[in-house]
Amino acid sequence: MTQKLIPPSGFTRRGALKTLGLGAGALAATTAMPGFIQAQSSAPIRIGFQVHRTGIGASYGRWYDRTSQAAVKRINDAGGINGRMVELVPEDDGTDAKRGAEVIEKFATQSNCDVAFGTLFSHVVIGSAPRAGELKLPYFVVSEGHHVASGMLNRYTLQPGITDVKSQVQAMAPFVAANLGKKVCMIFPDFAFGHDHRDYFSAAFEAQGGTINAMIAIPPTETAFTKYFPQIPRDTEVIYHVMVGPAVLTFVKELGEFFGPSRPELFGFIDSLEAVDIASPGLEFLEGSYMWEGNPRYAQADQTEYDKAFRAAVGVDDNGASVSDSRDISTYAHMFGCWETLNIIKAGMEASGYQGQGDRAALIEAVEAMSAMPLGMDHPQGAKIFNGKTHQTFGHQYITRVESGKLLLAHTTSIEDTLYEDEVDYTTRSF
Amino acid sequence: MDRALALHLGVIAALGLAYFVLPAYHAGNLARIMVLAIYAMGFNLAFGYTGLLSLGHALFFGAGMYGLALSMQHFGAPTLPALLIALVASALVAAVVGALALRTKGVAFMIVTLMFAQAGYLTALYFSAWTRGEEGFVLPQALRRFAGFDLSSAAGRYFAALLLFALTLLLIGAIVRAPFGRALIAIRENEPRATMLGYDVQRLKWFAIIVSGTISGLAGATYALLFGYAGASFAAVPYSILPLLYVLLGGAGTTLGPLVGTAFMIYLFDLSSSLTDAYMLIAGVVLVLLTMFLPQGMLGTLRKRALPWLP
Amino acid sequence: MDFGPHLMLAILEGAVTAAILALTAMGLSVVFGVMRVVNVAHGEFYMLGAVIAWFVATTLGAHPALGFVAALILAPLLVGGLAAVADMLILQRIGYDPERTIVATIGMLYIIQQGTLMTFGPDARPVAPPFNSRIPLPWLEWAEGKLSFYYPWGLSITSYKLFVIAAAALILIALWLFMTRTRAGLVMRATQQDSAMAQAFGIPVGRVYALVFGLGAALAAMGAVLVVPIQQAHYLMGHDPLLLSFIVVIIGGLGSLPGTVIAAVLIGVSDGVISVFFSPTLAKITATLAVAMVLVFRPQGLLGKKAH
Repeated sequence: MTQKLIPPSGFTRRGALKTLGLGAGALAATTAMPGFIQAQSSAPIRIGFQVHRTGIGASYGRWYDRTSQAAVKRINDAGGINGRMVELVPEDDGTDAKRGAEVIEKFATQSNCDVAFGTLFSHVVIGSAPRAGELKLPYFVVSEGHHVASGMLNRYTLQPGITDVKSQVQAMAPFVAANLGKKVCMIFPDFAFGHDHRDYFSAAFEAQGGTINAMIAIPPTETAFTKYFPQIPRDTEVIYHVMVGPAVLTFVKELGEFFGPSRPELFGFIDSLEAVDIASPGLEFLEGSYMWEGNPRYAQADQTEYDKAFRAAVGVDDNGASVSDSRDISTYAHMFGCWETLNIIKAGMEASGYQGQGDRAALIEAVEAMSAMPLGMDHPQGAKIFNGKTHQTFGHQYITRVESGKLLLAHTTSIEDTLYEDEVDYTTRSF
Repeated sequence: MDRALALHLGVIAALGLAYFVLPAYHAGNLARIMVLAIYAMGFNLAFGYTGLLSLGHALFFGAGMYGLALSMQHFGAPTLPALLIALVASALVAAVVGALALRTKGVAFMIVTLMFAQAGYLTALYFSAWTRGEEGFVLPQALRRFAGFDLSSAAGRYFAALLLFALTLLLIGAIVRAPFGRALIAIRENEPRATMLGYDVQRLKWFAIIVSGTISGLAGATYALLFGYAGASFAAVPYSILPLLYVLLGGAGTTLGPLVGTAFMIYLFDLSSSLTDAYMLIAGVVLVLLTMFLPQGMLGTLRKRALPWLP
Repeated sequence: MDFGPHLMLAILEGAVTAAILALTAMGLSVVFGVMRVVNVAHGEFYMLGAVIAWFVATTLGAHPALGFVAALILAPLLVGGLAAVADMLILQRIGYDPERTIVATIGMLYIIQQGTLMTFGPDARPVAPPFNSRIPLPWLEWAEGKLSFYYPWGLSITSYKLFVIAAAALILIALWLFMTRTRAGLVMRATQQDSAMAQAFGIPVGRVYALVFGLGAALAAMGAVLVVPIQQAHYLMGHDPLLLSFIVVIIGGLGSLPGTVIAAVLIGVSDGVISVFFSPTLAKITATLAVAMVLVFRPQGLLGKKAH
């Protein structure tokens, strides 16, 4: 740690203004403020939007973009933030860690952004976060990585709009153990993303009394999978798979061809099939299998009015595809995070009375002070609990089952299932 | 003082001055450009001066990056020892890879270096318990200090980058005028003749790879140190191709070509990406046009047409 | 799974990989053999083949077999044509200088990738195979003193995968006949051996080069059309085939057509078999280093002539 300068607790701009307003300085404050506010308030609030337009994350980037544009439109239609319009300043990060850091620098020192926001892939977030911290630019990420809550990043980096992989994975264990089987064979890519699944799921699943009977690590760059399947033990009751990247269709297809008519239960993460039509040729094998979804792609029977309005705003139909092109499938399980994060930025700016870049620390403190986020138009995916110390949000997870080529809701986890012990307290770090 | 040295010192002085003149954003870009130009200069020693086209320099860049970052992250090493570890690591990797790969020539050399680099990349992914693989990790900010300067501040970063860039430039400038460098150029121009003249060609090439790899490792370590991040993507194939582009654009076998090429590429991407999403398309077209119309790179063409003394 | 059937399965899967690899690498090898240039954009021609196959199959929309056959004809033609034009517009103008060709083809790589991203989009898209049925395979067992057949769990292949192996073999035989039995093939081989001499004998070397470059790209596209019902079209799919093709071409001996086929089979099948014995990622790392070592100690490749 560089300096252990703990800010006086409870000091916020709003608090300071209140104190001022109560004291003898009230007159001075009210006469001095209007000019100040007017000078600031006409200009739009600029939100630097780091987006995967090119590179391996481009499918996600396109939908993160559409969702964010829709969220900003809604915020502006309702009068903006603190009376100011919001302007997204998109910049392609190329799904690359180096370019991601450059983009953050551009937001902070060139394009005059108030805050930075966006992006999914962990390496881009981790590569960018140190620069955001050094440039004192609030950086709201929608990445689902455990990097924020693990304590690796800094006071300026927050993940308030989407749960992290540790939550998601451990919340699946009770359902799998109770409904699918006690002997699980895990198949995962042999790098950090897959290793997170391996470690968090096996721990949570064994705590449920289950056993992991094999762990099959698939090398990165692999494009053919059949040769690994003989390692799946015969007595396997459930196959847990988390393959990612474009090769996942091959993976599922070959798994189906390997097992033929009789197969164990299948449980997978939708990450691999985001932006892919479940009714694609070769995916028939997924029929009857279970999927984690951050947010159910198909409109469910008990769809909330918020989900309905969210779909309409972003332009997604009941099958999770674009309303203008039914072949253009959204990344529905993740992109709600952009919508919710932008609403949290708005709430934080309003709570802190955000006026300009000098109020960035106050904005962070205002977000850190948040806790319960109720289901509603600001949080259409579901209620959440934000942990200000770890800068990470926790929320419901959905498990759906593939039935006649659609994903139907089978189980909704409680928020409690996703909680784990704090690994960091960012609020003790200096700004 | 001769013109070449004067030019180098002038460039260094101009870069120092630029920090006070340029807006913050461009100064920040320039810091990154200097770090990547160190990488390109390292690559240029092998490719531009010795004629060894490697497609695996990301291995050396990665060795330096992980040498510094892992020793800081896991052993709390301060900057200077961590930097030394990085240099030793990349020198060792270059020595081993060089000794093996130099048994081949031409396209086989390209492929062998490429494959060693691919093996290195997969290794970084595999040991994710230490490296966090493709995700990478953030360096402890408290350790990113040197002699009282905070290397994560704008000024600290810029002048650290400038210092290392200047040292590398002067070193390269000295090498190419020393008998060692002249021997390397002789090898590039005509290897059989260099052998006949009594040069131990294999040994000289090996030294060239070691120095080139160590400089590349210095760049990798500097990147991690100044930008606070280390990850496996920096050891992947695209980072082997980048220095080749930088050097070919700026001018292979010129001391300042790597800097010019790096600055050109970084700004080409940066400026075109603010105009259009299709900036890769623009970059591709520019690359094709440059090879067609500026075959020797910018400084190479300048040297040929106007300034024959250009180092 | 028992060891025997597991090995058999790995060899079969390896054979499919090898078949596609042989086609793709052959394209690179033909180009290198005749023109002596390294085409870094080769993987992008492969990718274009897959993407065009998707376009053709979805546009026709009829029976999958019809779309597939149409793609198998159209994709190589279009990709080959594009490559030939690129050769005449760019590579001929820089005189096939080895280093400049590398940069120019990197530029082409960027252009093709971005162009595909802007038109085809970033998603992975599958193409339905013309036919695809699971074929369980029998295995021999020595039981009760006599040999008997049985069907082990999991040992199977699909009819389409068998077709891929056969189709790749047929295309390669056709290529070999073309190179050895036709006038065009003769001209190509003459140019390969001595382009100056070929020019002196009135062979239009420029046109031959464009044809060869197009042929190389078309072979990659054919490999991609065959693979796209197994894998799927994606705008970044060209990267791995490029690296593997490079390795195959070098191991086989630069420009040696039989060597390329042998190396493709060797690398494809061993890739399958290694996964039976070792932890996969470590095996990949070791195999990569092993191939590098083969080159280090036999830099001319397996069937290449000794460097002179």
